[in-house]
Amino acid sequence: MSAELFWGLLPPTIVDGLSIGLMYAVIALGYTMVYGVLEFINFAHSEIFMVGAVVGVELITAILIPTGLHALIQVIIAIVVAAAVAGALAVGIERVAYRPLRVRNAPKLVPLISAIGMSLLLIDVMRLILNPANPNRPFPSGGTFEFFSQQLDFGFVQINYKTLTVFVVVMVMLAGLIYLVNYTNLGRAIRAVAQDQSTSSLMGINVSNIIVLTFFIGGALGGVAGVLYALKYGVASPVMGFIPGLKAFTAAVLGGIGSIPGAVVGGLLLGLLETVAGTYLPLMTNEQIGTEYKDIVAFGLLIVILIFKPAGLLGKAVAEKV
Amino acid sequence: MTQTSNDKSALLLASTVISGIVAYLMVLQKNNIESYFVTPVVMYFCLNLYFAGSWKVSRVAQIAVFVLVLAIGIPMIGFTNSLYLQVAVTICIFAAMSLGLNVVVGFAGLLDLGYAAFFAVGAYLWAIFAGSQANEFIAGNLFPLNGNLVFVFIPLALFVAAGFGALLGLPVLKVKGDYLAIITLGLGEVIRVLANNLNKPINITNGSQGVRIAPNPENSPLAFITVPLSEATGIPFFQMQLTMYYVLILVVVAAVAVFVTRLDNSRIGRAWVAIREDEVAAQAMGIPLVRTKLIAFATGASFAGAMGVLYAAVIGFISPNDFNFERSTQILAMVVLGGLGSIQGVIVGAAIVISLNQLVLVEISRVLQLVKLPPRFDPTQYQQLIYGVILIAMMIVRPKGLVPAKRNPAKLENLEHGELAKGVK
Repeated sequence: MSAELFWGLLPPTIVDGLSIGLMYAVIALGYTMVYGVLEFINFAHSEIFMVGAVVGVELITAILIPTGLHALIQVIIAIVVAAAVAGALAVGIERVAYRPLRVRNAPKLVPLISAIGMSLLLIDVMRLILNPANPNRPFPSGGTFEFFSQQLDFGFVQINYKTLTVFVVVMVMLAGLIYLVNYTNLGRAIRAVAQDQSTSSLMGINVSNIIVLTFFIGGALGGVAGVLYALKYGVASPVMGFIPGLKAFTAAVLGGIGSIPGAVVGGLLLGLLETVAGTYLPLMTNEQIGTEYKDIVAFGLLIVILIFKPAGLLGKAVAEKV
Repeated sequence: MTQTSNDKSALLLASTVISGIVAYLMVLQKNNIESYFVTPVVMYFCLNLYFAGSWKVSRVAQIAVFVLVLAIGIPMIGFTNSLYLQVAVTICIFAAMSLGLNVVVGFAGLLDLGYAAFFAVGAYLWAIFAGSQANEFIAGNLFPLNGNLVFVFIPLALFVAAGFGALLGLPVLKVKGDYLAIITLGLGEVIRVLANNLNKPINITNGSQGVRIAPNPENSPLAFITVPLSEATGIPFFQMQLTMYYVLILVVVAAVAVFVTRLDNSRIGRAWVAIREDEVAAQAMGIPLVRTKLIAFATGASFAGAMGVLYAAVIGFISPNDFNFERSTQILAMVVLGGLGSIQGVIVGAAIVISLNQLVLVEISRVLQLVKLPPRFDPTQYQQLIYGVILIAMMIVRPKGLVPAKRNPAKLENLEHGELAKGVK
């Protein structure tokens, strides 16, 4: 492979990797916030992401296109609605499948299994709703949606509006989340509950409400990521959540689960690494090792991180409370 | 066992014999409207096994029911309608596998979501060498191998899968338990990706097309018994072969169940339960955490590997889609439904899940076709929905499962006389 080809491919690969990484980061935030508060892996989060994507795409196709609004405005409306639906769904799941177990103070394995069950249930309910014979919902293209395919030329790299939208939306959300968690009373309450539930309850915080709020925020972030993912890859389907969910969780562990900056760093790193691997592995091995192996790179990375830095890149090692 | 007033032995035997005869007669004449009732009757006949375990009956009646159902009823029904025998064989394979997962999840409390990966290791091991696939990367046209070598490959797969389990468990088990679920999930995905893509540069797994074992006597195990038998009785070779598998796998399940029971009552079994209940306390008692967990992980993996070999032999065709996340959750659903840590429970769980999948849903959808239900509501398409509901409902309503595990508590007087200590050594 020539040096020219190698360097020529690098800028678009990095842009692509960053945009995927940002989406992983947003999904990872949902895992990490819930984990921070409850020390519990919300397995159904990948399906909340999927529901967000399907709701967004269906909303645009069925309701927004006939209004004739600009594509960007349609997508923004879809993002807001999908965030609300996904957040509400996350709260509903917490109510039905997790809270009864938490109240009973069940061993850790129990809510985890319940969460897996919820994830399976959501996939099939969505298949039932969308009709299993043809469950894929393509993201609209053509007409005003041509806008997203237009290229912006920066000389060394070209970026289309699709990718740019992903960047801007994620940046806005991250800024909002960081402001919420670090500079508001609500954020202080979330951090307090994450640190110590019973003490924060003594300080007058309604722990139960904070947990519900955390699920809502995490779910809403997942819903937004879903719409962005559907926009970038052009399709939403009931089974789309599994792989991105797994990757996002990897990203959360990579950065240090429970840490918000960690999720962002982990997401970006994972997105970059797997995109670079996906682009260069086939080129360097004469197509003998295909793009599919990028998944193996991602999980290999997870195992390596867990061996050498189990707390993640930005996480703090915590001694187990007895 | 003493005779008591509410002994139900006679009732059980009557129920078994009558339902067995009715089921057999119904299977004999098929293709009429009563065919909708055949499966329920056959299933009720098999349900007597469960009654034998849960009702208050004498030991003799228990054994009689087991012989009547497993050794006489199922093979006889199977000779007429091989569907039921096929289901029985599948139930046995999955029962043995879920007993293995039960060691990992039920005894040691480690959530393994990539269990199908080890299953795949065993299945591919046999399918590649018993089919002609191995000729693709080993010169000399040595393959397919003789089917009787399956008895060499079962222990081989046991060790290979245990090795895989230990290799992968070692880094993972050092970290906190929560991560294990995700990593095993990722591992399952990695194995699937490998199975899908290892058709180049060297064609090992034949990619997404899967590997097929030609169904002829040369590469079927125990053909030197089944071929003469089928010639003598006039029963087709395929049918005879399936019966042979049934017997073989029934023996394997019994052996696995005994082994796991012994394991449960052994020193390592108690160490697993101690870790499950409280890691810190177990460690304080001198249990080496990583090593004990690793043994659980490798034991579970080895069962899956061995059953993978048998699965490949019975089904004769495997592809990467047989080993996806759905398969792992299916086995998990069996364990959770039956009862985490409960040996009888897990077998019951496997029987329920498989017969639900392969008989009940099929029958329901057949009945629903009578009322012209649109195909999108066909219940056979929504198996994951059922697993999901099973997992959630069991966790909320009955976390110990249908047949909860019983552990005999150590009695104080035994401890004082050092009797338990003798067993512990």
